This record gives sequence, structure tokens and C-alpha cells, in this order.
Amino acid sequence: MIRAGLTKSEIDSTRIIAEVSESGNGATTVFIGTVRSVNDGREVQSIEYSAYEPMAEKEILSILREASVNYGVKNIVAEHRLGEIKIGEASVVIVASDPHRAPALDALRYVIEQLKKRVPIWKLEHYADGERSWVSAAEGQPA
Amino acid sequence: MTVTVRFFASYAEVLGQPSLVLDLTNGATVYDVVSHVAGMPGAAGLPPAPLIAVNHSYAKHSAILADGDEVAFIPPVAGG
Repeated sequence: MIRAGLTKSEIDSTRIIAEVSESGNGATTVFIGTVRSVNDGREVQSIEYSAYEPMAEKEILSILREASVNYGVKNIVAEHRLGEIKIGEASVVIVASDPHRAPALDALRYVIEQLKKRVPIWKLEHYADGERSWVSAAEGQPA
Repeated sequence: MTVTVRFFASYAEVLGQPSLVLDLTNGATVYDVVSHVAGMPGAAGLPPAPLIAVNHSYAKHSAILADGDEVAFIPPVAGG
């Protein structure tokens, strides 16, 4: 089962874990990306994610399918949060489940790395000093 | 033919609009749209060869457009 989602509400990682888990699977791997309080030495107050939604969903789905083909993992789900989110909340959750740990770990790594490179999602950081700026993944630190 | 051009995030801010509709001659390419946008006020805030998607898939600047296509200017992405 492969599923990609964009959501304006909090991501429920427990529900996604239940969604991908199967009794025959010995490994379920989870990646949770959260909003940091400091980026590039500046104190972050909140973050606003926006997306080119139809393309972002399509692109995440393509990445999940590639991971499934590359590593033979049948169950992978990724959800990305949009809108304003607070420090410490999850911006992205990826869960993979497989009979064995190696493919489940590899698939997870592939999905987050590709997602950061290809998916049309943007991040506007609001700082404690009142300024704001669009963050480029190339400039910021990877999650 | 007409195409819809969409801008996002920092690009929408510097150009002062999220989208526009362009009339193009048949056989026009992505490059023609990029050239048009490069002449708009605020376009100095865009790179000379921005990343482009046509109908929700990344496309080359040489791609030939069709009537009704959606051409999106994609700023550096920052998901995750």
C-alpha cells in the first residue's frame, strides 16, 4: 500500500504506523521531520509551508513508487504538513513497513532525500525579531 | 493559444501576482514563457533559467506548449 498526503492539520504518526503495519512485517521504520527553533543561527518563531499542491502530491507519490520498486517495499506512506506550524511539530512523516529492516530503512532514506530535492513545497520562516524569509533547502541545514 | 502561468512562494512575491494568462503563437515553447516573464517588473528576483513544470511535471525550456497548458515557475524547494 502506497499513499501520499498533504494536510493542514497535525500529522498523526500513530495512525500512519497502524496503516502500513502488517503481521508478516518484522520492520516498520519511521521518519519524523520537525520544525527547529533555531535555523542558521536565527531564532524561529513559526514556519509556514505552502505547496503547488497537485504537483507536490503527484511528485511524492512518484518517489514512493520509486522507493517501492528500488527496495521491494510494498507499504510506504508519506504525509507532509502545510500551513503554519509551531516549533516542535511534525512537518513530514514517512513510514515504511517490510518483512525485513534493511529495505524498510533504505526506502525511508530514499523518500526523504528525494522529497527534499524534488517536491514543490516552500517554507517561509518567521523569526523572533519580526523578519521573515523563504528558506531554500540548499541554504538551510537538512532536517 | 493560451497558457496559464503560475508563480509560487518568493517568485509570486517579487512578481506581485500568483498567476497570469498568456496568449502565444502555435509552437511556442517554455523558453518563450520564460522570456516573457523575464521582462516583467520584479523579474530581477528570478534566476535566468528557473525550474519549470508543465501540467505538474518538470519540463525542459525547449518543451513545446499546447493550448490550455499550465506552466509553473518552481522556486528552490524546501520541503521536509
